[in-house]
Amino acid sequence: MAEARRKPNMSPEKVKMPEQDPNVRNKNFKEVALGYTKEMAMEEATRCLNCKNPFCVKGCPVNVPIPRFIQEVAKGDFERAYEVITEENALPAICGRVCPQENQCEGQCIRGRKKGSEPVGIGRLERFVADWHRENGKQTKPEIKKNGKKVAVVGSGPSGITCAGELAKRGYDVHVFEALHKTGGVLSYGIPEFRLPKKLVQSEIDTVADLGVDFETDVVVGRTITVDELEEAGYNAVFVGSGAGLPRFQNIPGENLNGVYSANEFLTRTNLMKGYMFPDRPTPVKVSETVCVVGAGNVAMDAARTAKRLGAKNVYIVYRRSEQEAPARKEEIHHAKEEGIIFKFLTNPIAVNGTEEGWVKSITCQEMELGEPDASGRRRPIPVEGHTFDIECGTFIVAIGQSPNPLIRQTTPGLDTQKWGGIIVNEETNETSRENVYAGGDAVTGAATVILAMGAGKKAAHAIDEKLSKQ
Amino acid sequence: MSMYEITRKVVLNSASFEVDVHAPLVAKKAQPGQFIIARVGEDGERIPLTIGDYDREKGTITLVVQAVGFSTKQMAKLEVGDSFTDFVGPLGEPTKLNFEWKHVVGVCGGIGSAPVYPQLKELAAHGVHCDVIIGGRAKENIIWAEKFEKFCDHVYIATDNGEVGTKGFGTTVLQNLLDQGEKFDCCIAIGPVIMMKNVVKVTKPAGIFTSVSLNPIMVDGTGMCGCCRVTVGGKIKFACVDGPDFDGAEVDFDELMARQRFFKDEEKYVDEHADRICDLMRGGE
Ligand SMILES: Cc1cc2nc3c(=O)[nH]c(=O)nc-3n(C[C@H](O)[C@H](O)[C@H](O)COP(=O)(O)OP(=O)(O)OC[C@H]3O[C@@H](n4cnc5c(N)ncnc54)[C@H](O)[C@@H]3O)c2cc1C
Ligand SMILES: Cc1cc2nc3c(=O)[nH]c(=O)nc-3n(C[C@H](O)[C@H](O)[C@H](O)COP(=O)(O)OP(=O)(O)OC[C@H]3O[C@@H](n4cnc5c(N)ncnc54)[C@H](O)[C@@H]3O)c2cc1C
Ligand code: SF4
Ligand code: SF4
Ligand code: FES
Repeated sequence: MAEARRKPNMSPEKVKMPEQDPNVRNKNFKEVALGYTKEMAMEEATRCLNCKNPFCVKGCPVNVPIPRFIQEVAKGDFERAYEVITEENALPAICGRVCPQENQCEGQCIRGRKKGSEPVGIGRLERFVADWHRENGKQTKPEIKKNGKKVAVVGSGPSGITCAGELAKRGYDVHVFEALHKTGGVLSYGIPEFRLPKKLVQSEIDTVADLGVDFETDVVVGRTITVDELEEAGYNAVFVGSGAGLPRFQNIPGENLNGVYSANEFLTRTNLMKGYMFPDRPTPVKVSETVCVVGAGNVAMDAARTAKRLGAKNVYIVYRRSEQEAPARKEEIHHAKEEGIIFKFLTNPIAVNGTEEGWVKSITCQEMELGEPDASGRRRPIPVEGHTFDIECGTFIVAIGQSPNPLIRQTTPGLDTQKWGGIIVNEETNETSRENVYAGGDAVTGAATVILAMGAGKKAAHAIDEKLSKQ
Repeated sequence: MSMYEITRKVVLNSASFEVDVHAPLVAKKAQPGQFIIARVGEDGERIPLTIGDYDREKGTITLVVQAVGFSTKQMAKLEVGDSFTDFVGPLGEPTKLNFEWKHVVGVCGGIGSAPVYPQLKELAAHGVHCDVIIGGRAKENIIWAEKFEKFCDHVYIATDNGEVGTKGFGTTVLQNLLDQGEKFDCCIAIGPVIMMKNVVKVTKPAGIFTSVSLNPIMVDGTGMCGCCRVTVGGKIKFACVDGPDFDGAEVDFDELMARQRFFKDEEKYVDEHADRICDLMRGGE
């Protein structure tokens, strides 16, 4: 296996990722990116300079030992590479696919600093290693000595899963309570199959379940059982990872017409309820010939690309700022364009117009231009007086953001939250204003990223262990 | 007993049935006005159903279901000893009942008896005088009259064809009572949207506060998708978390009726091809 250490491969470009052809993939729900072969992975790995002071690691919110695992890939010892990654990251197959690497690990990589040179494909390598392990690696059930303490985790998204896994490894009896009938949070109901196959999400959750974590679905904390009742039932600590699931609407006329979806509804119907298989599965989802999606984050890209796959001929992304300000990952925008999604930047929908029977027939848009920078540092979009136009469409999908669901805060006395609903935590420990109640992920930060949610879950697990092991 | 097992089943009429479901956590917390979401089969739809009754000791929830389409017809096939795949709740806000009320009238349309029942029962238990009007197409559609008799001062019945009770609608009876000088502090009206709309047309001019239970299409039932949005008092509300009970005088019923038709064609299709879909669902991918 191991060959002699080669000279670093100084190619300015990453080894190309095999992908389904855009005109084929925009009609199916199979994964877009096909993944590296062994040879491709080993070749890409040789682009890493194995830096003494690796900037890439600083860019990763959970500090994956990047050069160490990449050296193992270069040697062809993929199992060892997997062990190195999972020292810090329990869900590598997921992160390798959905992390915004260009702003994180790869954004800091020295190889990407020079103009015209791409960083090492860290995400692709991480994905390769995780996939290789799933197919070829040892599946070991670790022996863990229980310490007799119980922790409840609310929500089975990345923050909850990570917190649960970390605590289980340390001997805690961990029970995860999930409101939906399926575990995974956004990974299951939001991010589409073609970007993150659900089989793989399940397999990563199974790995955590193998640590002894008990997952209980169909339990809405706050309704079926409250945080207070969990404590009464003997849980020594509670971690709240309930995410930011509450969809925002634009509050423009016509938003309740038939044909308007929140991105959450549209994606939940398609992913969680398998609407993409309708009518072979009973939950319906449908799109008209022309679809408009408002927003330009990952959620908007997912909604637009999903609409295309469901058969829409023309799919528009309508966004009030310019491409530069679009919050989606670069790769997602690029993929969307390849698949034929039409971008209308500096355009803001101001009304949804309907037929007499209550169906969407068009949206009215306001042209925008960029003014002075606003509080977020981005140039503020301002309307161009008198410039409005209509786009005829039968489906309008609102993807302008989500906030934390208010249920936990309404049913947990003494839990302090921000005005916008985020749970307030101690930054060192992720403990909330309620003793022994911790929180992390989107429930604290508002809609963010998978890896940040995982980082928060891990931090809380360490703090819970620190505190409980002293008791 | 396995989770979500059906412990009792009664066929009420050609389309409706009543079941008790073993769900101890839900039964422990259930309050009048709340609902559950149930699924049949691994890829089954999430179907919201109102909690008709609950037995905290036995740990059961009583549902009354009308088989109208694919998923409710799947449910109708379940027998005692079978289990729901999923059963989650209690969802929604409990109804805000006021025990200072002196006299309350319930108006039930068809299976609306089930959601009205726990509300009146709770009020009666607190000394509020309750009357109930049960409306249905024919005699077989009059549900739970004997259960209401245990605590209601009057149980009025109305059928479209006059088979039993007054010939006409629940609203006909309600209007008559008001014309005769009956006074109510509150009306609890639950049934088809058109019926609730018509009740409000009677009670609003009479100045009677009317609580209605809205049944828009839902997916998650936890406030995550916004599919269940309704307009109440000019504002958007999510029926699954802000309701399902609202002040009828403020509800935009026409919008709700239009929204219920969003997937009409698709629903019809799956209903007509139910056998094939069931086979596919059993066979996995
Ligand atoms: C469509 C879409 C695409 C995205 N794409 C990307 C991407 O490419 N890259 C990236 O890094 N990030 C992406 N994100 C963001 C990322 O998915 C989230 O930041 C991340 O999932 C947050 O994790 P979490 O654990 O905090 O919460 P979630 O994943 O939201 O999970 C919360 C879980 O808690 C459950 N829950 C809520 N309330 C209760 C309750 N009261 N009782 C019990 N359970 C409850 C929910 O049902 C849910 O399962 C995307 C998000 C969406 C919606
Ligand atoms: C809060 C609430 C409480 C309810 N309580 C009861 C009850 O106690 N007993 C009862 O029999 N029915 C109740 N319903 C209605 C019941 O959920 C629908 O009849 C059922 O979902 C229809 O599904 P289907 O596949 O059998 O029929 P379909 O043919 O799919 O639909 C028939 C009609 O039901 C409505 N509907 C369809 N899908 C949904 C959905 N996912 N959620 C809500 N409505 C839908 C639509 O208006 C549709 O036109 C309630 C609905 C809500 C929202
Ligand atoms: S977890 Fe995400 S940020 Fe960290 S190394 Fe992996 S892909 Fe990069
Ligand atoms: S910064 Fe880039 S080249 Fe250096 S160790 Fe990290 S991945 Fe390798
Ligand atoms: S059903 Fe999804 S928000 Fe109410």
